[in-house]
Amino acid sequence: MEEFLRILTQSAGEILAPTTAAFAIAAIGLNLHFGYTGLLNMGQAGFMLLGAYGFGITLTLGGPIWLAFLIAIAAGVVFALLLGMPTLQLRGDYLAIVTISAAEIVRWFGRSTLWQEWTGGASGLQGRYYKDPFHALSFLPEGRFALGPFEYINTGSDSWFTRIFAWGLVALVLIFVWLITRSPWGRVLKGIREDEDAVRALGKSVYSYKLQALVLGGAIGALAGVVYAIPLAISPDSMGGRTMTFFVWTVLLLGGAATVFGPVLGSMIFFTAYMFMRTGMRALSEDTAVGNVISTTQVEYIGGMLVGITLMCLVIFRPQGILGNKKELAFNVR
Amino acid sequence: MSVDETTTARSTSLADVAHEPGAAKPDPILVADHVVRRFGGMTAVDVDHLEVQEGVITALIGPNGAGKTTFFNLLTGFDTPNTGEWTFQGRSLSGKSGAAVAKAGVVRTFQLTKALGRLTVLQNMLLASRDNPGENLWLSWLPFLWKKHEADSTEKAMEILARFKLDTKANDYAGSLSGGQRKLLEMARALMTDPTMIMLDEPMAGVNPALVQSLLGHVQALRDEGMTVLFVEHDMHAVRHISDWVVVMAEGRIVAEGPPSSVMKDEAVVDAYLGAHHDTDLGDDSLLDPAVLARYEAEEEER
Repeated sequence: MEEFLRILTQSAGEILAPTTAAFAIAAIGLNLHFGYTGLLNMGQAGFMLLGAYGFGITLTLGGPIWLAFLIAIAAGVVFALLLGMPTLQLRGDYLAIVTISAAEIVRWFGRSTLWQEWTGGASGLQGRYYKDPFHALSFLPEGRFALGPFEYINTGSDSWFTRIFAWGLVALVLIFVWLITRSPWGRVLKGIREDEDAVRALGKSVYSYKLQALVLGGAIGALAGVVYAIPLAISPDSMGGRTMTFFVWTVLLLGGAATVFGPVLGSMIFFTAYMFMRTGMRALSEDTAVGNVISTTQVEYIGGMLVGITLMCLVIFRPQGILGNKKELAFNVR
Repeated sequence: MSVDETTTARSTSLADVAHEPGAAKPDPILVADHVVRRFGGMTAVDVDHLEVQEGVITALIGPNGAGKTTFFNLLTGFDTPNTGEWTFQGRSLSGKSGAAVAKAGVVRTFQLTKALGRLTVLQNMLLASRDNPGENLWLSWLPFLWKKHEADSTEKAMEILARFKLDTKANDYAGSLSGGQRKLLEMARALMTDPTMIMLDEPMAGVNPALVQSLLGHVQALRDEGMTVLFVEHDMHAVRHISDWVVVMAEGRIVAEGPPSSVMKDEAVVDAYLGAHHDTDLGDDSLLDPAVLARYEAEEEER
């Protein structure tokens, strides 16, 4: 029972974890792409990795922290422009192919020895190079603080300050996206999602709107990369990989595409369930006869497989996610 | 001016126009020259010259594969021709994007209706409103800048919807409408842009007969308000009923022009639709004669 409580607490801790916030932000950006505009961006991890590099490298070279954030955002913007300008004229599926390969290119450049001096090559950038300027921003006193069963240090990697910052950023991005998508601008995006030719025939420059959505969502993705990297480290393989992209997709589709709070709720539920599943399986494997069938080392892989199965089931059985409007999706005539 | 007088004025405006392909009109609003579109080795459209008279309903008819929709797509910037130029109100529109053509005042509808299913009927209408400041990203998050425009457009949208008897459906998703209602919505949405000219691609296709009458009425009403209408249609009854002028296309070319009453009798039109030998009796024994067959074949070659 005590063991079970420990697993529950550890899982519930994920609700406010910085990683959860990072994925919520990434999914909000992807929501702007896919949920509102219908752009199939399969390379959100590429945006995240670029943002993290921009942030980490600027601070490592001794730049001020505001510049580091600006460069992270600029990296996302430039990447979106590079991807969008040649491909947005084409039909939807091409963007998916281009973005997934572009994200891979970013990852391979990151892990190559070409710019090892700055990127740290395959082993990446250690957090100690860039964390100090961030922790210097903290307004919290020294020491630790416990809220119920959740106890963290005030300022540090896995700290209250990181959580406050991450979720504050989630709130800001959420308000921004809510404001722009409920406007006539957001309505044009939804029109493009439904049928871009119809919108073009009404005199709107579809290409320009798609590019705006791609750039905004990409810049938000880059910020998500920064939030993800702050408590951890920047490693191209764990951050820029396809797994990362598919996690973001799962988070978005779980919460509900084209909804305001869907990405946030999706991220909280996803990481809580993911943690519960892995710690639960590990405990079972260590303490019970299940260990004869599933060894503790296999738990991670099984966890990954179950995420894939969840994504498939979501798309097939509940494409509108948890918060999505069933009525809105019922008329998906195609 | 009463409706009767405008009708008279309209028929007289075209009274002196020659009944021939590429005929010059007194007030052409749209003039196209040498428009050619090839798909591989096939020439889909090859229009030497076409003038569309302002303020009347012009029908574009022709058998399947005549190139009517392709010609439509070229004129509205949804396809690029191999050669050709065209002007609207004296300004060149060739090579312009679909959005630019719409901004110039030529708005089109589609053969396969493009109602935006996951937007409500009202949102469909508001989307079409012109120069909405809220559609600019930089202004979009400041509602006080676009609330007024939005309110005005909503009022206008509801008026137009009422005309098309869709006002009760304003808050339903467009995807829940029937096929005919979607056609109506598409036409209503086109009107929201205050077009000078409206181009309808098969507005009656897939619409039940009861709704056809009201659709025809709506098209005529557009003309009576001063809009120029060009429409592609297969339904000959509809064409005869409402059009002031008919342009016939076959195999990519314009083969005949004229008022609906006489153009259907034009030999080129009959040939285009039914083939040149439609009245040849296939039971005729003379067809068994190789010499007669050879003559028909030679005639066919020449055509």
